[in-house]
Amino acid sequence: MITFMNNSDSEDETCNERTSLMSAESPPVPSYQDGLQASEAGEVQTHRKRQTGGSCSSNNVADGDMSDLGVRVRENALENEEEELTLKYGAKHVIMLFVPVTLCMIVVVATIKSVRFYTEKNGQLIYTPFSEDTPSVGQRLLNSVLNTIIMISVIVVMTVFLVVLYKYRCYKFIHGWLILSSLMLLFLFTYIYLGEVLKTYNVAMDYPTLILVIWNFGAVGMICIHWKGPLQLQQAYLIMISALMALVFIKYLPEWSAWVILGAISIYDLMAVLCPKGPLRMLVETAQERNEPIFPALIYSSAMIWTVGMAKPDTAARGPSQQTWDAAEDGRENHSSPSHSDSQILETRSPVPSHPITSLEELEEEERGVKLGLGDFIFYSVLVGKAAATPSGDWNTTLACFVAILIGLCLTLLLLAVFKKALPALPISITFGLIFYFSTDNLVRPFMDTLASHQLYI
Amino acid sequence: AFFWLVSLLLASLIWFVSVHLSDQEDAKLQYGLLVFGAAVSVLLQEAFRFAYFKLLKKADEGLATISEDGRSPISLKQMAYVSGLSFGIISGVFSVINILADSIGPGIVGIHGDSPYYFITSAFLTMAVVLLHTFWGVIFFDACEKRRYWCLGLVVASHLVTSGLTFLNPWYEASLVPIYIITICMGVWAFFTAGGSFRNILKCLSCKQEDDSRVMMYSALQVPFED
Repeated sequence: MITFMNNSDSEDETCNERTSLMSAESPPVPSYQDGLQASEAGEVQTHRKRQTGGSCSSNNVADGDMSDLGVRVRENALENEEEELTLKYGAKHVIMLFVPVTLCMIVVVATIKSVRFYTEKNGQLIYTPFSEDTPSVGQRLLNSVLNTIIMISVIVVMTVFLVVLYKYRCYKFIHGWLILSSLMLLFLFTYIYLGEVLKTYNVAMDYPTLILVIWNFGAVGMICIHWKGPLQLQQAYLIMISALMALVFIKYLPEWSAWVILGAISIYDLMAVLCPKGPLRMLVETAQERNEPIFPALIYSSAMIWTVGMAKPDTAARGPSQQTWDAAEDGRENHSSPSHSDSQILETRSPVPSHPITSLEELEEEERGVKLGLGDFIFYSVLVGKAAATPSGDWNTTLACFVAILIGLCLTLLLLAVFKKALPALPISITFGLIFYFSTDNLVRPFMDTLASHQLYI
Repeated sequence: AFFWLVSLLLASLIWFVSVHLSDQEDAKLQYGLLVFGAAVSVLLQEAFRFAYFKLLKKADEGLATISEDGRSPISLKQMAYVSGLSFGIISGVFSVINILADSIGPGIVGIHGDSPYYFITSAFLTMAVVLLHTFWGVIFFDACEKRRYWCLGLVVASHLVTSGLTFLNPWYEASLVPIYIITICMGVWAFFTAGGSFRNILKCLSCKQEDDSRVMMYSALQVPFED
């Protein structure tokens, strides 16, 4: 325990850096879309004016003008097509995100419910220095608020630091930082996790086997995440490191601080993405201007998107679609967005015929899939894990939080499709999750327990 | 599921408030409040089912207007089934998961004089509840669609009756058997509401190749295109 605490400085720093990066990344795909629209405007000014983005203005100006009528009709048709595609593929994207989020939550809940280690109180992180073992409620509340303030300010500082580094092109530093933190996660935390699981089930494992297992797991993970690897393996690794990170948070954050931090971080997320001077927005815009991918290994992607970070697919089979895809990739960064922005991009590239575009669009949309920042995974899992870790051992609370988070995710994606603007993923889900947690734990639990004791069904 | 959860939340809130405003020592009063709470919960569940119907109707219209052929990709009957199934799943899970979790742990059932068949009857009751919610969903949506309010009333009444029958536990003959009879009746009713018939069952069982009707369907489809 002491050694862990001593190391906590560096690893927690990287943990937190990772957290801050992830919460920086936590607005999903939508946040990049904002930047995407900005880059479009930069690239193809004239086309943009005539496209759906400018359809409103052209509608106002060219009211009685016959020459513009054809353009307007075409724009309306394109807009309708876009909306249709958005809603059709929007539903698919929702399902594509449900599965990894659910998997991550299942891993966290299963671990919490079975391994005692993660619910034991064994000290706190240095980022939450105030203890909650105080006699009075007021003092405890004050301590948790202070802990939250410290934690959030650490995250803000880290995010701003990252944005500054990115602006001044210190790529080596950032990559080194990322590699170090994922090394820590993949090796040290996995070792601890495996140790605790083996302890729980009373399974003996000798050191050579352990070293072999951990080495292989870690090495393959590093390669998959930072370089090339099969898509599903990469997804699995990202889910696993999110779950490990969430478990660390659940263990080391004190009770009340954890809930206040969850609330505060969703507010921070909201502000950082929607405010004009927010660090996340600036990060995305900078990445857009330079036409570069934002950091690999911090975004969960559900389809083969980057040509750099994945195993080369069967290129012969792709043919022409691959070419258009690569051309589109050059035009904007890798971390693409849901279908409607894709269709916008493709329209700017070849504005005239709409039929060929539709087929290409569909093909490429199916290939693109959707992305979500790992920070979102982590905080969703922290919420559900904390709900599962409640001393009363109630499963209803966990399930209620799970449903609430998924519905929040659905609503966020729906709002994204409606507003076509950058939206953060945390606020709605976390708000629903918090409401459902506290109300289920305090109101529904006694009701259902009383009903169950009489074997009554409603 | 979300809608069901919200209805449960509201019902628990009402029950909680009523319990805390009343005398905690009086056992009869508490039992009465529990009955009241259960009844309120049933009514709220049905109200939220109706609200969900309204929401889905709106979504259906939206999907229909933007789709290529003017029809939404999911029919209302499918939505009714899914809604009923999800209500059933969340309701069943909430009722039974804590019991399941406790059944792993060490213990003896009924040591204080309760029935030793608690787990198995809970399992059967949960199954009945899940099936019932599915059937009620189908019948409810169809009744709302066709504005047959007596059907709606019957669904709500049967939900109340089912919940009331569980109050007869642990006299399982009086509660389980009627509940299963209700389940079977609702199942048959839902089957006929969803468009099933004896002919459909026979066709399904005999696995005949329907070549003629496919040709007919194709020529029937041609007409709108020609327009």
